[in-house]
Amino acid sequence: MKILVAVKRVVDYNVKVRVNADNSGIDLTNTKMSINPFCEIAVEEALRLKEKGLADEVIVVSIGSKKCEEQLRYAMALGADRGILLETNSIPSSLYCAKLLSKVVEKENPGLIILGKQSIDSDNNQTGQMLAGLCGMAQGTFASKLIIENNKVIVTREVDSGLRTLSLTLPAVITTDLRLNQPRYAKLPQIMQAKKKPLETLPAETLLAPIAPQVTTQRVDTPTQRKAGIKVANVEELINKLKNEAKVIS
Amino acid sequence: MNILVIAEHNNQQLSSATYNTVTAASQLGSTDIHLLIAGYECTSVAQQAVKITGVSVVLVADFPAYQHFLAENIAPLIRDIAQTNYSHILAPASTNGKDILPRAAALLDIEPISEITSIISDNTFTRPIYAGNAIATVCSNAPIIAMTVRGTAFDAASVARDNLAIVETVTIQHDNQLSTFVSEALSVADRPDLGSARVVISGGRGMQSGENFALLEKIADKLDAAIGASRAAVDAGYVANDLQVGQTGKIVAPDLYIAVGISGAIQHLAGMKDSRIIVAINKDEEAPIFQVADYGLVGDLFDILPEIEQQL
Repeated sequence: MKILVAVKRVVDYNVKVRVNADNSGIDLTNTKMSINPFCEIAVEEALRLKEKGLADEVIVVSIGSKKCEEQLRYAMALGADRGILLETNSIPSSLYCAKLLSKVVEKENPGLIILGKQSIDSDNNQTGQMLAGLCGMAQGTFASKLIIENNKVIVTREVDSGLRTLSLTLPAVITTDLRLNQPRYAKLPQIMQAKKKPLETLPAETLLAPIAPQVTTQRVDTPTQRKAGIKVANVEELINKLKNEAKVIS
Repeated sequence: MNILVIAEHNNQQLSSATYNTVTAASQLGSTDIHLLIAGYECTSVAQQAVKITGVSVVLVADFPAYQHFLAENIAPLIRDIAQTNYSHILAPASTNGKDILPRAAALLDIEPISEITSIISDNTFTRPIYAGNAIATVCSNAPIIAMTVRGTAFDAASVARDNLAIVETVTIQHDNQLSTFVSEALSVADRPDLGSARVVISGGRGMQSGENFALLEKIADKLDAAIGASRAAVDAGYVANDLQVGQTGKIVAPDLYIAVGISGAIQHLAGMKDSRIIVAINKDEEAPIFQVADYGLVGDLFDILPEIEQQL
């Protein structure tokens, strides 16, 4: 079985982002970029399934500029077997991404597709569900545990009310939550080896003509900042303030 | 053109987020709001739904295949209904809504909008990006605008006694057998729901163990509060995942949020910074949580918590 993992290049999660001066977006000049943390968990899960003998190839795919090669190489340093870059210089919509990925699914025919549940830039949490819908596959979103048996994947999902476990027919789409696993680090020799692994780059439009975005960002603003309040000296003062100043308890 | 709201429920009770989503729908102009209840043996949910102010029609799709809200079955149902005469589809930005709505949107060949926090016009909305560190104003020209709604950003719709909504039975069945429900581990809490509680008291890594959350529970009992936790506390195994407040957990905005032993990582702040009053209790006076707290108390939580309980 092949596993296809989608990875996205995003601003590093440690970077404190700033809205640019003309409110058109986030200032990303000279900003450290990394693999989206949820995608890293997706890569890790695919590698663990391969190490258990449940998969024989892990393919990583990314959509974006030439620079996304860095994230694909990183995923290959972790252990992915090969990479596919669908190159585009525009910012693709979730619908275009899902459709492009569905084309890769058609071509590669993977038994399992794993994506991060959301990217930490646009915070959309859409692409995996959309891909599953387009492919007519089962979906296991916000996964915290996966078991593959009898041509099914048993997925435990983190939901608002606790945990919910589903059994999905393969092939299926999984999106990862934080506690699915703890990703490994790439070691130097593996980083060197990854440079020799196959990475196929093709213009995104050769798979599917770009579709006009339906949702456009008009402006981006810095949220109103909360002001720090006061420090109280003791519990008595705190309770007094909550009762008589804030009036939130009686 | 009408507006379709996807109700969230457990086949017995409507979720509180559904009421917030109806309020969002009511801000979209003068069209009729239809509420879809897809479930199984969910008559009592429909009885609650007809009383919501602003809802004119309650659509009930009552079939075994919809019992567990599997996206594979509900998304095509939404697609079929939405194609009849709807301008917008709204769902709560809950784990269910986030699971189902993008799939339905893809089936309709439209690009959805996630977790809106305000409505500027029929096609223009704001939503947080970068873990709430920026707010994007987005405009959609999709033939049907599909979006999830952050519950804490909208008031709950009121419940009226007279002028009940009409109930219509939906006969569309989708049961594609792609997925089946296995089991559920629900947290049983006799406390208010974390997403809608008036008071939330949350513990972080500083609590040091799950047992120590009993200190928070004693205070929660007195304040009728929900219990929350930081990601660090959940990752450490102190408490269950459904208590996590933050960017990837629950978004809360209670009247009073008490953060105990929580340093205040960006991803936690993203989940609670819209609370009306924030109290921070932490032994590190440099902890970032104090930068957003209305009242900060520096000290050892193991001394402070019993004292609070006593004085309440």
